Amino acid sequence: MQAIRRALYSGTREGVFHYVTLLAALGLVALVVSIFLVVTLQSAPAWRAFGLSFLTTSIWDPMANQFGAVPALLGTVITAVLALAVATPLSIGTAVFLSEIVPQSWRRPLSFVVELLAAVPSVVYGLWGLFVLAPWLRTGLGQLLADYLGFLPIFAGPSLGIGVLTASLVLAIMVLPTITAISGEVMRGVPPELREAMFALGATRWEVVTKVILPSSKSGIAGALLLGLGRAIGEAIAVTMVIGNANLIPVSLLAPAQTMASLIVSEFPEAFDLHLSALLLLATLLFSITLIINLIAAWFFYRPSQHVAATAKGSVWAKLLRKGS
Amino acid sequence: MAQGVNIENYSFWYGRTQVVKNISLSAPVRQVTALIGPSGCGKTTLLRSINRLHELHPGTKAEGRIAIGEEDIFSAAVDPVDLRRRVGMIFQKPSPFPHLSVFENVAAGLRLHGLAQGKEVAERVEACLRKAALWEEVKDDLGRKGALLSGGQQQRLCIARALAVEPEVFLMDEPCASLDPVGTMRIEELIRELKHDYTVVIVTHNMHQASRISDQTAFVLSGELVEVGRTKEFFLAPQDPRTEAYLTWKIG
Repeated sequence: MQAIRRALYSGTREGVFHYVTLLAALGLVALVVSIFLVVTLQSAPAWRAFGLSFLTTSIWDPMANQFGAVPALLGTVITAVLALAVATPLSIGTAVFLSEIVPQSWRRPLSFVVELLAAVPSVVYGLWGLFVLAPWLRTGLGQLLADYLGFLPIFAGPSLGIGVLTASLVLAIMVLPTITAISGEVMRGVPPELREAMFALGATRWEVVTKVILPSSKSGIAGALLLGLGRAIGEAIAVTMVIGNANLIPVSLLAPAQTMASLIVSEFPEAFDLHLSALLLLATLLFSITLIINLIAAWFFYRPSQHVAATAKGSVWAKLLRKGS
Repeated sequence: MAQGVNIENYSFWYGRTQVVKNISLSAPVRQVTALIGPSGCGKTTLLRSINRLHELHPGTKAEGRIAIGEEDIFSAAVDPVDLRRRVGMIFQKPSPFPHLSVFENVAAGLRLHGLAQGKEVAERVEACLRKAALWEEVKDDLGRKGALLSGGQQQRLCIARALAVEPEVFLMDEPCASLDPVGTMRIEELIRELKHDYTVVIVTHNMHQASRISDQTAFVLSGELVEVGRTKEFFLAPQDPRTEAYLTWKIG
């Protein structure tokens, strides 16, 4: 009797527990799907009005109800790629230092400082970019580039302080902790006996890093870079504050421009009808791009035969969730 | 050129814990010396001192002398990176570089030290794989990733990799611990071959293995060298009561 009762009782409890967690999981999926559906449905009018020409024309004029996404698309790609180009050597270097060189006792506090960078709110980065970086670029680096390399279209002046370069540098700092934390995690996942085997062959620390650690973490590092790219593409507030918000095809790095995210943020409050729909079409595009990038990143982490990535993947996804990127 | 190893009054500390206590021991040239003892007795630390691998970890301290041939490995003139090329090491867990092919695993050391160029690399790789008794099993597909081999094959690959840089001494840290009996048997055969050209120091938990392959056996307990002797005499007539106790617990 006792046994039967216990089995029944715990059976119900197990059952309730089972359904509560199932509901939570399904709710989450439903939420993502519904967000995507609502955004997509509301973008339908713009899609009907412009179709593929939305992606190929460059006039963005709400007054004339004319919307082409090329400047924002280009602005997004250029700032994100530039940010990644700046952040990659810094993050990989930091990750190697934290994983391979710094003594064990210093690793935790230093990693913590790097991860703190990820906890700074975007708007604070935006303010810093606007009030510290932009003035410095205007009179410093930007002015130098305009003075000496201004004959090249990509460095054509005047140096305004705000624009593509400033946005890219702010983004670089913002993606740095993501790339550093994840690629460092992947490097620490390299089995210690591989390091020791290389040392035992008579390798220097530099050779161990370049010939064992980096090659066996390359898949995970590629994933980390993609997550950084996704974050750079999707960042809105900080970019909006420093990019100058001009719907022009960015030619000079010193000139103001627009990204998809910054365009949505800066025009959404006053938009209605077709204008609003065009912004939502932009949002659908942005959502799809970041989704694809994250899927490719996931493929890099879960790729079979990469035992290194496999050992690190748990913590990688834990980190990902924590950062909400 | 094979060299003997001479350990004199060697002590080692992790932080404040002394794990090797004033050990003196010689590993004669072209013989197999087995280090046995319970887990955590300091035998692996002693082994890893011979190629100064322990120095990679901060907070350790060593005292005493270890010589390879006539040369004190702790003298200022010895670069630990160069020393490690001269002292091959095989680890408990087979550790082929997972991103490299069988061929490139063996060639890794050659390329690292610029020991061979062009066609010579392939010749050296083949010679080492033959010496490690792996050539026949891998010759048809040298481009396959080293990590795809079986555990025993991986361990022989690691031996081939270590052979390629022509070490003077071979250190083995429980090389069969993760292998099945067949894999173990093949490694033991290989060790018997290797000792014609190299000095071998092997740490093992398996006393049968020590008695099968070694010429000399040393028993380490709590960081102290309890007894060392010719393997046959060591197992048949141990001098120290602690050795006898250890042998009978384990074997009896």
